[in-house]
Amino acid sequence: MAHLFPSADWVAALETAINHSPAYASSAKTWEGDFHFVIEPGERIVEPVKIYLDLWHGQCRGAHLVDGSDGATPEFIISGPLSVYRRIFEKKLDPIQALMSRKLKLQGNMGKVMRAVKATLDLVNCAASVETVYEVEREA
Amino acid sequence: MWFFKSPEIVFGEAALDYLDELPGRRAFIVTDPTLHALGFTERVAARLRKAGLETSCFAEVEPEPSLETVYRGAAAIREFAPDWIVGLGGGSAMDAAKAMWVLYERPDLRADEISPLVTLGLGAKARLIAIPTTSGTGSEATWAFVLTDTAEGRKLGLGSRETLPTLAIVDPALTMGLPSVITADTGLDVLAHAVEGYSGLWRNDFSDGLCLKAMEMVFEYLPRAVADGNDTEAREKMANAAAIAGLGFGNAMAALAHAMGHALGAVFHQPHGRCVGMYLPYTIEFVARRGDGRYADIAHALHLPGQGEGATPRTAAPCWMDEAEAATALVAAIRGLMRQIGAPVSAAGMGISLAEHEAALERLCDLAEADTQIVTSARIPDRDELAALFRYAYDGPTVDF
Repeated sequence: MAHLFPSADWVAALETAINHSPAYASSAKTWEGDFHFVIEPGERIVEPVKIYLDLWHGQCRGAHLVDGSDGATPEFIISGPLSVYRRIFEKKLDPIQALMSRKLKLQGNMGKVMRAVKATLDLVNCAASVETVYEVEREA
Repeated sequence: MWFFKSPEIVFGEAALDYLDELPGRRAFIVTDPTLHALGFTERVAARLRKAGLETSCFAEVEPEPSLETVYRGAAAIREFAPDWIVGLGGGSAMDAAKAMWVLYERPDLRADEISPLVTLGLGAKARLIAIPTTSGTGSEATWAFVLTDTAEGRKLGLGSRETLPTLAIVDPALTMGLPSVITADTGLDVLAHAVEGYSGLWRNDFSDGLCLKAMEMVFEYLPRAVADGNDTEAREKMANAAAIAGLGFGNAMAALAHAMGHALGAVFHQPHGRCVGMYLPYTIEFVARRGDGRYADIAHALHLPGQGEGATPRTAAPCWMDEAEAATALVAAIRGLMRQIGAPVSAAGMGISLAEHEAALERLCDLAEADTQIVTSARIPDRDELAALFRYAYDGPTVDF
């Protein structure tokens, strides 16, 4: 079943994908750090949308779509437009190149992320494995 | 969106003369103790003085420079307040100079915070000149640099597009008489840069031609430079090949052989070029098993003959092979080159015992998985495949998975 990105359903599907990924479990076994992924306004996104992920030792301990302000102060905030996330999930844009060319903006310790590039890639692979739609179906 | 970055490059015979008229007030030379003792610092400093610059020097860069060393060097630079910093040496000295340049201009940063995401604002105080004395690293033409965190026992791949040298001076006279073993090790680094820059995921139209040209030059001139350290043509061509490959992979990226080579170098303290060169054939075989490496392009560009050990580029008419045949031909050509220049083709050939290697295997895999260059491989190994690759490269069987 396809999930609309971004949505609570999509985030739940991502959490499941992460927690069933042996590759991510292995490559992120020492990772400790939580994220806000912010989808910036533009296209059909009117207000910024935030996804919270708590990633810990190769597992996702928690994931939710942030409703308003969740009061969380995650270690990392990654921001970008919907089109960039889509291109990454569709494997048309390398996530590290997206960060280096500042198509995605990172707040947090880039050095820590760069020491976990394989885990980053495996996380993106988890996102890519979620069957995703990016446009709301219009009724005829 | 991506970028192509290049320093101004002064190359060829007597390129060092360019320094005679360098505008500026003070130049600070960063180098290693051996080059300093051999008089290389003075060769450069004399020219800078001729141009009217006051000079000073930090000659304490060790192989695989540590964070501590770059902090000490940056402190010395701040005291001297130069408007030029000169990285003179192999990759270690040039890499250390890049880091010291940043720390001089941005004392608020730690070295390990230097990343493409941080706007550094370099150039307000000084500019950087890179002068290679080996033909390998290509650091004179790239913005990346590698430092060692001695506390954690790991190498840190750092850099920003701003840490590209302002000026690279590629003077083959500085590599004349380099010992053959160093010539061989560094030359294999050039080859690994070129092959991985061409076959990795971040390859691009701007870097492709540079990588192919550098490969061609290595196969033709490295054996001559190793056989006769005073072969002026071979030295010049290898010096140029190193910078060309630097431009190639520096604007694309290296890949799996570098990730594995960095790991082996960190654990067993083997020379960088020897490590990445040794792993290159294994990683080509691994990538080619899934048909992703563009090795047919390389085989065609190098005029590689068909399969068989001892194959030598340019001994046959251009041929068209599929990826598997091309990878086999390329591996045979690389192994032939390695034997010709006396380079080890396996970890066992480096004198590492099987017991040591097995004991270090988990650490090798951890380090390779944490290396930025693993994710730019056209085929990215999972943990089990990575461990198997290290084992295969220990004593040399053909990669069959």
